[in-house]
Amino acid sequence: MAKVYGAVEVNPERCKGCDLCVVACPCDVLKLQPLEVNNRGYHYAYPDKADACIGCSSCAAVCPDGCITVYRYVDKG
Amino acid sequence: MTPEEIKQKGSIVAAKPRLLNDNHMHYCPGCSHGVVHRLIAEVIEEMQVEDNVIGVAPVGCAVFAYNYIDIDWIEAAHGRAPAVATGAKRLNPSRMVFTYQGDGDLAAIGTAETIHAANRGENITIIFINNGIYGMTGGQMAPTTLEGMKTSTTPYGRRADLNGYPLNITPLLAMLPGTCYVSRQSVHTAVAVRKAKAAIKKAFTSSLAGKGTSVIEIVSTCSSGWKMSPAKANEWMEKNMFGHYPPGDLKDTTND
Amino acid sequence: MEEEKNEVKLMKGNEAIAHAAIRYGVDGYFGYPITPQSEILETLEELMPWETTGMVVLQAESEIAAINMVYGGASTGKAVMTSSSSPGVSLKQEGISYIAAGELPALIVNVMRGGPGLGTIHPSQSDYFQATKGGGHGDYHLIVLAPSTVQEMADFVATGFDLAFKYRTPAMILADGIVGQMMEKVVLPPFRARLTDEQIAQQRPWAVTGRAGSRGHKNVETTLELEDDKMEEINHRLQATYREIEKNETRFETHYTDDAEYLIVAFGSIARICLKAIEDCRETGLKVGLLRPITLWPFPTEAINELAGRVKGILTVEINAGQMVQDVKLAANGQSPVWHYGRMGGNVPNPTEVTEALISHINQSKE
Repeated sequence: MAKVYGAVEVNPERCKGCDLCVVACPCDVLKLQPLEVNNRGYHYAYPDKADACIGCSSCAAVCPDGCITVYRYVDKG
Repeated sequence: MTPEEIKQKGSIVAAKPRLLNDNHMHYCPGCSHGVVHRLIAEVIEEMQVEDNVIGVAPVGCAVFAYNYIDIDWIEAAHGRAPAVATGAKRLNPSRMVFTYQGDGDLAAIGTAETIHAANRGENITIIFINNGIYGMTGGQMAPTTLEGMKTSTTPYGRRADLNGYPLNITPLLAMLPGTCYVSRQSVHTAVAVRKAKAAIKKAFTSSLAGKGTSVIEIVSTCSSGWKMSPAKANEWMEKNMFGHYPPGDLKDTTND
Repeated sequence: MEEEKNEVKLMKGNEAIAHAAIRYGVDGYFGYPITPQSEILETLEELMPWETTGMVVLQAESEIAAINMVYGGASTGKAVMTSSSSPGVSLKQEGISYIAAGELPALIVNVMRGGPGLGTIHPSQSDYFQATKGGGHGDYHLIVLAPSTVQEMADFVATGFDLAFKYRTPAMILADGIVGQMMEKVVLPPFRARLTDEQIAQQRPWAVTGRAGSRGHKNVETTLELEDDKMEEINHRLQATYREIEKNETRFETHYTDDAEYLIVAFGSIARICLKAIEDCRETGLKVGLLRPITLWPFPTEAINELAGRVKGILTVEINAGQMVQDVKLAANGQSPVWHYGRMGGNVPNPTEVTEALISHINQSKE
């Protein structure tokens, strides 16, 4: 049985912490930095539960700032 | 597997398109403009038309669209984008020409230019961002502002008897024989974004093929103007805007 | 020779503009009907240049749309024009300001009628201020050409476009309803080929041709700049262009000025009426000369200044309430009195009226 692995990368300086990727993620992978801010003062998004990512790229689809890169690897077993 | 291993072994399934450059976009957090900009850049890349495209930017929040998407642009006066696009397209008929306009630009000050470009069947695409408010000037009433909706010029809510009714212009454009594809979309969920992208691609393809005017309305949010978080604005849009501006294709004669 | 003979035609000034535009190789005309200039659009539609030279002709939904189509077309490096009459030109002012700010070449024709408001369809020169002082918002100028014959209506299409492209700034033919409507002999210019897209890309590297990919960088036509220093720099650049135009392109003609004791300054068709008046005056021994500005902007300030030092008085004759007279006063700079005689409402003075007005001013100045 093939297994799908995903990985998500957020460009922290481009991110404005709008939270839309966090809401869109079906696997609760992403979170906003609770304390850290980027150079523009935004609490940027980051993969909190990176292992849960399935590479569906819903986060990247709704991101208004093009800050998300999604990778997917299908292990065909 | 660790994320690093996945990145190494796997492939990129989503990333910022090359034509959307590294300039920091001036839009507020969560603004729909950013998503639509990205979709336009993606579609132009996929259609391989970056050497055959002219965009026309509006006056409004998207006035600086030309700073973010690396194609040739003309920045039009408020509301005049369809006339500017007409001039550019008529004199360069093989180019893919599109306008990018907000609700005030397209449906208030530029109503005549919009309707007449569509009625002439100019072979252009009109991307219409409808968030029911004037974002750039600070949240004033737009032609598409819903009844009861509070804006800085309708602080107690829009009243039809004082301010007129919300103008649902896209069905009007669909009635015109010059339009070939008229569709209303949104970009608030991953599924909606994929549909919106397909609609933009169909519109651009039809413009290049000379089938007439395509209009893609994107029902959008303005979290700053609406005074809500981006996520809340999406919910409010679904609950309120979709009632008056339901998503879906309004007209498609591209296969006729 | 036979062929050249055939090029002499009898036609209205408005028609001459249409013929000259096609022959110049204009790429596009966008207009909206308004009296007294509708023959320009009508003639173009009748001649169907899209079948021959490939010139685009489009009747727009308004003057506002037409000037913005010009802005769009001019942005792509094409030779584009529009025409209208006074109320319509008022509507175009926003677009003209954008075209000037965007450093775009374009030709705008105003066949003036009387105002203000809806006014009259009869001739006037009351848009002198609007044409020469900017017209729309912001610090800018148009190159303003004032034809006095049907021949000049035809010739100034080429002059206007040549100057517009040379300086990357919009030019205007400021005609009055008389020269637009009257018929005269005209020698039409020879046909010129329109520029190819390759020539445009080569000769006008600023043009928004839609080919960012192969060019290697994007071209953007915008008039917006929010950084104060950069916007000021743009303003300085525009002003430097205007100073250059003032230096090189001021055009005027003079008649009987060598021995003139009095000078008449008049433009457009009114200059021809004044010339007749001057000839009448000379028959009675009154030595009057004429200066006809051909470019209203840049204005022949130096030439008038020089003449003002030699004459006893200057009369401007305009069919308006007195507009060019202000520039003549500035040019004369107090060296001689400057008087104005004008008619309005579509009325045109005859030579006798002009002579009487001049003699009356001369007599008053002696009292």
